[in-house]
Amino acid sequence: MSDTLFDMIKKRSYFKSRRLPYLLILPQILVTATFFYWPAIQGIVASFQLSDPFGFRTQFVWFDNYIALFIDPLYLKSILTTLFFSGSVALVSICGGLFLATMANRVLKFTSLTRTFLIWPYAIAPAISGILWLFLLHPSYGVVAIFIEEWFNIDWNPLLESSHAMLMIVMASAWKNISYNFVFFLAGLQAIPHSLIEAAAMDGASPFRRFWAITFPLLSPTMFFVTVMTIIFSFFESFGIIHAVTQGGPGGSTNILVYKVYQDGFIGLNLGSSSAQSVVLMGLIILITVLQFKYVERKVQYTG
Amino acid sequence: MMVEKTPALDAFTYVALIFGIVLVGFPILYAIIAATLTLDDVSTVPMTMIPGDQLFNNVGEAWSRGNLGNQLFNSFIMASGITFGKIIVSLFGAFSIVYFDYRFRVVAFAAVFCTLMLPVEVRILPTYEMAANIFGPLQSVWDALGLDGIVSWFAGHDIEVSLEFSLLDSYAGLILPLTASATCTFLFRQFFLTIPEELCEAAKMDGASPMTFFWKILLPLSKTNIAALVVIEFVYGWNQYLWPLLITTNPNMTTAVIGLKTLLPSPEDPPEWHIAMAGALIVMLPPILVVLLMQRWFVKGLVEREK
Repeated sequence: MSDTLFDMIKKRSYFKSRRLPYLLILPQILVTATFFYWPAIQGIVASFQLSDPFGFRTQFVWFDNYIALFIDPLYLKSILTTLFFSGSVALVSICGGLFLATMANRVLKFTSLTRTFLIWPYAIAPAISGILWLFLLHPSYGVVAIFIEEWFNIDWNPLLESSHAMLMIVMASAWKNISYNFVFFLAGLQAIPHSLIEAAAMDGASPFRRFWAITFPLLSPTMFFVTVMTIIFSFFESFGIIHAVTQGGPGGSTNILVYKVYQDGFIGLNLGSSSAQSVVLMGLIILITVLQFKYVERKVQYTG
Repeated sequence: MMVEKTPALDAFTYVALIFGIVLVGFPILYAIIAATLTLDDVSTVPMTMIPGDQLFNNVGEAWSRGNLGNQLFNSFIMASGITFGKIIVSLFGAFSIVYFDYRFRVVAFAAVFCTLMLPVEVRILPTYEMAANIFGPLQSVWDALGLDGIVSWFAGHDIEVSLEFSLLDSYAGLILPLTASATCTFLFRQFFLTIPEELCEAAKMDGASPMTFFWKILLPLSKTNIAALVVIEFVYGWNQYLWPLLITTNPNMTTAVIGLKTLLPSPEDPPEWHIAMAGALIVMLPPILVVLLMQRWFVKGLVEREK
């Protein structure tokens, strides 16, 4: 996305046809309008309405749903849970991915072999990742659970204990993301010109100093992109992990925002509140996207 | 290439890498071992790390108990449908946006572009309603224009027109809403912009029609990009969770990733984790194979996304 957002470049040489271009773009417009714009508008409208679960009566209530949302302690707790969850996932998977990529970049001979060995969690569905980690951390049968109990001497039970459940879903999400982040960091590292590193080496900078003074700053665009993608993953795609493994429990301790939208809308049938929650999420993700583009543009100006 | 001797750091690098690979691979390795054991072995604490000989029995048991044959088929249809649909729709879309000049070009591009980052998860309820009745918007227009009244007046008696067509529990419902994504269109647009102008000019000079240019020149040039997107979108489609969960109520129409949950032992059941893990292995195998076999294109495609 190096050109600016709506910089409408087209070919100097293009085709002239009256109907063909419309025909070609039609499927895309139809699908986008039907499954994106129309539902989005419906969602916004529904967020200003109060309706009974069967949709017989609806009433326009202005911002009541939003106000109710932001004074609801359960919703505020869900926001905190989501922030803590995505922050932890980002921290673990970015540090892990960066560390492994830096190591892999040092052993140039086996790069593609290492990548093969590290890439597979990317292909595994979040829900399956959740199931694998549930087994590893299962209070009665999990092998990692046994380690934890013996090393830290605690009564480990992610099925009953809030903090243990959170740790479990963080592990299941971070594990999936490490491989994704690894691929990007490795590509970012390989794009850094060797001459820069060599010059620093000749000036006597140690490998650690070279990493922090040269490699790390040059990686910052990748770092930013990976952070955004990890946050989006933990906000949305982690739904499968939560649904398959904890169902938001125990005691709402893993009830992140996207799961609450589902729970309130499809199980609780509270359409107004669920729609308002969807709109809040939509706003949030638009904000992240705009920030990302702003940042990317700044980077373009900086490098000329 | 720089020559610098740092034996201690090199040793650390290898150790760290091997440690990392083992750590990342461990959950899968553990699942594979569990899937080869008997119920007695898998419920011994701690579980043995020596593989048993029950793999085929467990896989067979998981297959029949979880109705996996049917669900894997559904997953396959869904994943290929999304992949194929997205790529076709966005190839045409990008071709239209880059190679033609028409009045609504900018509007069309902006409209598609705005959906770039919004996943289906943020608009689940209304999209579900939409899928439950795909003619919902038409019905609204119909009602808003008061067409019922006009039709009734013509017919001479009261007629209520209701337009209904549900996508619930159908392949179309599983596939269509997820093809509404701008990512592929954007990538193809970026790629088309890098193709030399001369190619189009030459084609025009030879009297080639736009579609001939598309099929004979543009499509073959896009092969690598298409291959990369096939991997990314297949994995994306196969691993979908929330949408198939909502749109399918009939167990015969659900996908393998969702059906897997029925194999999880609940606290009252015997702890049949060997069956659950065998099932998990079957369901995760297709996307892993696709990624590993097409690794080169996949990595290229992923990294292109960032640009």
